[in-house]
Amino acid sequence: MKVALRLLGALALLAGSACGSGSDVRPLTVVGWGGSSQDAHRNAYWNSFTTSSGIPLREDSWRGGVGVIRTKVIGGDASWDIVQVETEDLILGCEEGLFQRLDWAALGGRDAFIPSAVHDCGVGAMLWSYVIGYDGDRIKGAGPQSWADFWDVKRFPGKRGMRKTPKYSLEFALMADGVPAGQVYSTLRTPAGVDRAFRKLDEIKPHVIWWSSISQVPDLLGSREVVMSVTSPGRLIVANRTEGRNFKLDWHGNIYAVDYWVILANSPRPAEAAQLLRYMTRPENQARLARYIPTGLTSVEANRIVDPKLKQNTPSDPANMTDALELDADFWVEYGDQLTQRFNAWVAR
Amino acid sequence: MPGSRAKSADPRRRWWPFALVAPLLIFLLASFILPVVLMLSRALTDRELQTVWPDSAAALRHWHGNGLPPDVLAQRVAREMVAARRNGTLNRVANRLNYDMVGSRTLLYGTADKLLAGAPGNSVAALARIDPRWGRPAIWAAMRHADGPLTSHYLLAALDRRLDKDDRIVGVAPEQAVFTAIYLRTFKISALVALFCIILGYPVAYLLASLPERRANPLLILVLLPFWTSALVRTAAWAVLLQTDGVINSLLQAIGLLDAPVQLIYNRLGVYIAMTHVLLPFFILPLYGVMKGISPVAMRAASSLGASPLRAFLRIYLPQTLPGVAAGAIIVFTLALGYYVTPALVGGGADQMISASIAFYTNQSLNWGMAAALSLLLLAPLLLMLLAGRTLARAVPA
Repeated sequence: MKVALRLLGALALLAGSACGSGSDVRPLTVVGWGGSSQDAHRNAYWNSFTTSSGIPLREDSWRGGVGVIRTKVIGGDASWDIVQVETEDLILGCEEGLFQRLDWAALGGRDAFIPSAVHDCGVGAMLWSYVIGYDGDRIKGAGPQSWADFWDVKRFPGKRGMRKTPKYSLEFALMADGVPAGQVYSTLRTPAGVDRAFRKLDEIKPHVIWWSSISQVPDLLGSREVVMSVTSPGRLIVANRTEGRNFKLDWHGNIYAVDYWVILANSPRPAEAAQLLRYMTRPENQARLARYIPTGLTSVEANRIVDPKLKQNTPSDPANMTDALELDADFWVEYGDQLTQRFNAWVAR
Repeated sequence: MPGSRAKSADPRRRWWPFALVAPLLIFLLASFILPVVLMLSRALTDRELQTVWPDSAAALRHWHGNGLPPDVLAQRVAREMVAARRNGTLNRVANRLNYDMVGSRTLLYGTADKLLAGAPGNSVAALARIDPRWGRPAIWAAMRHADGPLTSHYLLAALDRRLDKDDRIVGVAPEQAVFTAIYLRTFKISALVALFCIILGYPVAYLLASLPERRANPLLILVLLPFWTSALVRTAAWAVLLQTDGVINSLLQAIGLLDAPVQLIYNRLGVYIAMTHVLLPFFILPLYGVMKGISPVAMRAASSLGASPLRAFLRIYLPQTLPGVAAGAIIVFTLALGYYVTPALVGGGADQMISASIAFYTNQSLNWGMAAALSLLLLAPLLLMLLAGRTLARAVPA
């Protein structure tokens, strides 16, 4: 098996160099989530970074999952340098030594960032959340104000869009069932709590259209296939700006989390990667990001200097965070496999 | 006789034709057969523990017991756990054990860190003081199931079964069971799509075959046209047509056939419509080829002998087209079994086919053993089908 793997590796290498993209000649590569979030990073950071430093950048995008990084680092595929990862992937990858430890002094010290943005292996890229999004042209008057309203198909008839993962879906179900945000994870840590969440999901299942990529949400809402959807605010705000939509958001019971920048352990360009990381976390540069996509900023100083108007519709606005729930990444590291299997079985029935 | 001549010919002559196709054979071997065999072998092999914890794996195979292991074994496990944590290879064992027993991952990492910090791990009891789960048989059974080099874990899991701590085959918890239902669904959808293709495609192939070439050719291009568009584009086009505010619903409402839009997409109906459309050319073309080869003389003879058109069709024409129908239906059925982009885009959660699970284990959770086992179970009935198809094609007079 090992010989065969090596053979395959050699073949892949051969194919790679034949296409003129051998790993030693590729430019610094940064990997984001695609769509409007990647556009924002390009406009806020990447274009000006290349202009000011003369370091050319190559972009890639991915859909998350520590397994992808595992194959890259352990499999010896050094095609990525800097990657935007979710918290669970950060925790798992750091434990497994897939990421480089960051030089926090060079980044301005741990105190320069909001506490949840600081990790041995990663620095917060943006603070984002999942909220209820709906089309203001279809739901006139009072829109949904809670997850109980999201579940209420009598008051708001029509399909719902939800992300096809147990993460978020179970939390939202418990909140719809009346569990206060502060008790969601303690409830989910009990088998009875998980059963309760699935029972609540049973209620809404016939009305759900599951999406797997956030970029589907503006389409599902815009084509009137769903009347409301779980969404990240940025996509809908950007659609309002660029396509003249009237999408609205409800922040009650939103789940927020931080995305991190990490440098892969096998990055062939660690110095340049660290340079880009410093550039992307500098307050004056981060403040620029808010112009391109409504998102929470991780640098304390950036939050101070950013135009207050840009904080609307982001987790940085305290009014949005009164009953918000921070994603418990430790919970999902521990229970992710088990609940994903059960959720997939449940969806497939 | 040609056979005896070939035998008497000198060996160089016999190898000559083989040498001509050798490049193709080698290409197929390297690019298709070898990777497929390598991938599928993962369904049956289990090398993680053997590679990362060689001493423990050997001791586990030697132990062969139920319940709690001897302390010597616990000691080896503790030693190799620490070594693997240092080398960054612990995740391979941790992930493998997590497939069998959820929570193993955190158990191993938590224990390894405690051991690194100086906690004693020289006996089962000492490990159980670090985490009580070491004092229960389940984790030890999970390790025994993974001691290699062969495993039944993945194939059993693909059938919603598992080995319990006493090595009996039991069903997984009902809320975790999923694959048998998805297999049945995959075969049902594929069979129905093949049936729809027969119903819709047979008249089209007949029309094409009976028209003079001048008029058949433009029609043939219409059949071929979908071949030149990607399946993704065609499926996305169906989404535009079928959605609630889409072309078809609007049209039916405008002419007064419907009061409210019907759900045509994101359910099973959407899957049938889109898949039948995508696969229809694969049925029409082989059948068209067979129909072109049928001489019209036999039909004329039947009519002149007094058979009604229906009787002549049923007794003379239809049997001659059956090989084409069988070939087309088998191609459609086989291709349909592997579909997952189309059901993912136009189906709901309960319309996903087994390929979606294979893709999930290949790309997302990177459990390639599971992906291989699911593929193997998809491939086996398929081979039986093809054999049946061959026998059928031989039985029917061509």
